[in-house]
Amino acid sequence: MNWLAGIGAVTIGKLSSFGRATLMLFGAIIAKPQFIKNVPLTIKQIYAVGVQSLLIIVVSGLFIGMVMALQGYTILVGYGAEGSLGPMVALSLLRELGPVVTALLFAGRAGSALTAEIGLMKATEQLSSLEMMAVDPLRRIIAPRFWAGMISMPMLALIFSAVGILGGHVVGVDWLGVDSGSYWSIMQSTVDWDKDVVNGIIKSAVFAFVIVWIATYKGYDSIPTSEGISKATTETVVYSSLAVLGLDFVLTALMFGIE
Amino acid sequence: MENLIEIDNLSFSRSGRLIYDDISLRIQKGKTTAIMGPSGIGKTTMLRLMGGQLTPDSGDIRFKGESIPQMRRKRLFEVRRQMSMLFQSGAMFTDMTVYDNIAFPLREHTSLSEDLIKTVVQLKLQAVGLRGAAHLMPAELSGGMARRAALARAIALDPELIMYDEPFAGQDPISMGVLVKLIKALNDALKLTSVVVTHDVTEVLTIADYIYILAEKKVIGSGTPEEIKNSDSPLVQQFLQGLADGPVPFHYPAGDIKQALLGSNS
Amino acid sequence: MNSRKAEILVGGFVVLAFAAGLMLALKVVNQNMAGQAETYTLNAKFDNIGGLKVRSAVKVGGVTVGRVDSITLSPKDFTPVVSMSISKEYDKFPETSSVSILTSGLLGEQYVGFQPGFEIEGIENLSDGDFIEDTKSALVLEDLIGQFLFSKGQ
Ligand SMILES: Nc1ncnc2c1ncn2[C@@H]1O[C@H](COP(=O)(O)OP(=O)(O)O)[C@@H](O)[C@H]1O
Ligand SMILES: [Mg+2]
Repeated sequence: MNWLAGIGAVTIGKLSSFGRATLMLFGAIIAKPQFIKNVPLTIKQIYAVGVQSLLIIVVSGLFIGMVMALQGYTILVGYGAEGSLGPMVALSLLRELGPVVTALLFAGRAGSALTAEIGLMKATEQLSSLEMMAVDPLRRIIAPRFWAGMISMPMLALIFSAVGILGGHVVGVDWLGVDSGSYWSIMQSTVDWDKDVVNGIIKSAVFAFVIVWIATYKGYDSIPTSEGISKATTETVVYSSLAVLGLDFVLTALMFGIE
Repeated sequence: MENLIEIDNLSFSRSGRLIYDDISLRIQKGKTTAIMGPSGIGKTTMLRLMGGQLTPDSGDIRFKGESIPQMRRKRLFEVRRQMSMLFQSGAMFTDMTVYDNIAFPLREHTSLSEDLIKTVVQLKLQAVGLRGAAHLMPAELSGGMARRAALARAIALDPELIMYDEPFAGQDPISMGVLVKLIKALNDALKLTSVVVTHDVTEVLTIADYIYILAEKKVIGSGTPEEIKNSDSPLVQQFLQGLADGPVPFHYPAGDIKQALLGSNS
Repeated sequence: MNSRKAEILVGGFVVLAFAAGLMLALKVVNQNMAGQAETYTLNAKFDNIGGLKVRSAVKVGGVTVGRVDSITLSPKDFTPVVSMSISKEYDKFPETSSVSILTSGLLGEQYVGFQPGFEIEGIENLSDGDFIEDTKSALVLEDLIGQFLFSKGQ
């Protein structure tokens, strides 16, 4: 009977944690937003989570595009279909790799930093201090970070895909000799704005929501010791990555699975 | 004498462990009240209860006659503008300069122009002797300077009540002297009510008007510094003189050492 | 990091993202059909459309000239009606043209193969909304096998 009680306790613990996370999100973004005051704070956070993630996103996008062109070429050339390299690279980037890899990198680069920062603010009593100054830390600390993540991630995913397509061009056309005209024109006749680009943006917005929610909650709810913060940071990366991969399946099924 | 804060029959427990068992305190308006006790007894917890960050299990905490635990969040935030807390670590915002830290409450809660804010910030920094450090980041300050800067921030909005959480802990004798002088001066000049939480006996005896000593979840002694010094309670005397063993035992409750070392089968 | 510099860099970031979006819109995305290029509609009735889908290509001799717009079932005789939007560039197809549903490769996607008819005096060109009379349905593998077995059995 002990393990049954254990399962019960864990379930109740997870439920109450989910409840706290929801309340936090409500307090931060739903209850009476203060846009004017928050704009400069949000810009500062876009710098922290967006601009500072740019380098890793651009470099990864470039390499992934190049690798895909290389791999795709060796497979397609066997069927004499190397002309389809363009759409293959573009579709995989726009639909899958752009949103998903960006999200995973974002979770590791920006999500963990958010958790650690908020956890340290808690440990050094900065959050309590805000409370005592009659400033709501949810609105002051959580809300700008949340919006910054929601704005930055889709932009990062777009940049990732665009850079990846250029990287594919470098390898496929400049190096392996696929015809540049067919790289672009077959891509153009296959890729659709609504179906591929917009769906990719929707995906990355959903991923951003989940990652930033997990990251801010884990920081806000962390045990304010060095051990507690390190645990929270790890959990942010693990939980966000799992959530992104799981959600990706669901979203892909919804968007592309049913014709 | 008028009371700013009244605590009645307060009980509080954390993670199932009782920290306060039915205690009552009075903080008099315009006076400096010291709350003393060994580490871990719950002094910080007491300040958080007064600030409404924690809610008691039972009993009441009243600020100017209004019950803090029963306040709605909006009202609590209004009341908190009349109080401020100097945290043990200083709790300076590490992502802004000292200047911006002190301007922070002014920018949040007033609509003063930047010019006026500059004047106020400089006055407050002058009061704690850090006007020249306005452009530094908190990480560049020494421990004593950080605490003084935090003090400047705490008085930025001219509160009625300041709560000091262990202001002297970990300070060198000079910083300690400066802080004692500052707290006294603020109290006299601004007619503030101060609550000082500490375990530094000598400093407290010089600045406090009234002292509470906490131990074992209770108030074990209270009175003016004179009364405390002359108290005949062995608990109070042990605390004042810093005796290792006495009514408050040196050992955390444990079994017999002989038994533990030789094994239970002997 | 002072806030001015952060603001400028954030501005640059937004511009970069915008540029990426623009590049996708102009260089990557299919645009000859969607909105910008002018098209006209032709319809065709088939007995069986097999695996034809909306957005499948319409090709003349391998050149894509349009796309399938919609596939509906005629309420009168319950046969599928395929409506195709064809680029205005190619608006001189005679009425004798025929369409068939073909497969690219053995297992590839199905598309509409458009066979322009001969230009004879007195035959008009196809125009917007016209039905193409001469259609050939998709080959359905199961039917073929069935026919083959049936003819063997006789
Ligand atoms: N967040 C918390 N959760 C559970 N217990 C806590 C928490 N914070 C403090 N405590 C416990 O409450 C007691 C009182 O803590 P505190 O008020 O910080 O003591 P003091 O300030 O007198 O040193 C300590 O024994 C500590 O272990
Ligand atoms: Mg303490």
